[in-house]
Amino acid sequence: MDKPNIIKLVNGQKGNLIKITELNLEGVMRRRLLDLGFVTGALVEVIRKSPLGDPIAFRVSQTTIALRREESSKIEGELISNGE
Amino acid sequence: MGNEYRIALAGNPNTGKSTLFNALTGLRQHTGNWAGKTVSLAQGSVQFKDKVFQLIDLPGTYSLFSNSTDEEVARNYIVFEKPDVTIVVLDATSLERNFNLALQVLEMTTNVIICINLIDVAEEQGININERLLTNRLGVPVIKISARNKKGFPMLLDTIDRIVTGAIECHPVQMFYPDEIEAKIMKIEPKVREIVGDHLSSRWVTLRLLDGDEALLNEISKRLVPEEV
Repeated sequence: MDKPNIIKLVNGQKGNLIKITELNLEGVMRRRLLDLGFVTGALVEVIRKSPLGDPIAFRVSQTTIALRREESSKIEGELISNGE
Repeated sequence: MGNEYRIALAGNPNTGKSTLFNALTGLRQHTGNWAGKTVSLAQGSVQFKDKVFQLIDLPGTYSLFSNSTDEEVARNYIVFEKPDVTIVVLDATSLERNFNLALQVLEMTTNVIICINLIDVAEEQGININERLLTNRLGVPVIKISARNKKGFPMLLDTIDRIVTGAIECHPVQMFYPDEIEAKIMKIEPKVREIVGDHLSSRWVTLRLLDGDEALLNEISKRLVPEEV
C-alpha cells in the first residue's frame, strides 16, 4: 500500500476528499470545530475556494462550512481522492 | 398548583424546534430560516390531561459549550433552571450532526426525550430510523414526529406526562472516556460532589473542569454560592 498522503485542509483542491487525522488547535476554536463535525476520521470534501483561496468551503457531515486560513491550515488529513 | 411542569426544547438550528413549539402551544412565535434566530426564550403552555406543560423554546445550537451567548443561555437553562423534562429535537435527515448536541444533553441532565423531527422528509429520502433500538441504546425515550404535519404529538405528550409522573424513568447512557481521563474523573469527582451536591451532575461538572470551562465555573459560583450564605 502507498504511504498515506497527508495534507492540510487549506491546501486541498476543489473536489478533494480528505479524511481528517489531526486538529492542531486548542481551546474554544478546537471545541467549535469539533462541534461542527471536524473530528478525526471524518470525511471532508472541498466544495469551492474563494478567488484568493480564503475562505474555503467544505462539506462535512451533510453541511457546508467555510473556514478561514487560520483554521484550515491547522487541520490535517489524508487525501482520499482527487474527486476526478 | 402542583400540576404545572416546565419542558425545555433544545436542538440544532433549523430542526423545526420552533415549529414544534408553535404547533403545541398555538403561539405565533415567528420562525426564521437563519442560524441564531431564536434569541430570547419564548414560552407557551399546552394542556394535557390534568396537567399544564410550560414549554420553553431554547436557542438553536450545535453544541452547549463553545461559549457563544446562545449556547450559554441554552446550557444555563438546562443545568441551572432544571426543567422537568428536556426535549432534544433532532433533524431525522441529519442525525450524525444532530447527535452531538443530544449526547451533550444526556450528560447534563436525566429527564430527556429525544424527538426525531422531519421524519416524513427522511422517509421520502429512504431513511429508516429504528426508534426502539435508539431508545434501548440511549436509555431515554426516542420519538419520531413531524412537527409540520402534527404527526406523533399524542405520543410525545403522553411520554412527557409519563416522565413527570414517574411512570417512565430515564437512565441516560453514560459516555466513557479514555482511561487517562476516567482516572482523573475518579480523583476529582468526589470533591466536586461535596460542592455541587445534588444541584448538578458531579460527573458532568468534573468533565467541564477538565476541559477548563471557566465560564461554567463563574456561573456556578454566581448561582450556587449565595444559597449557602
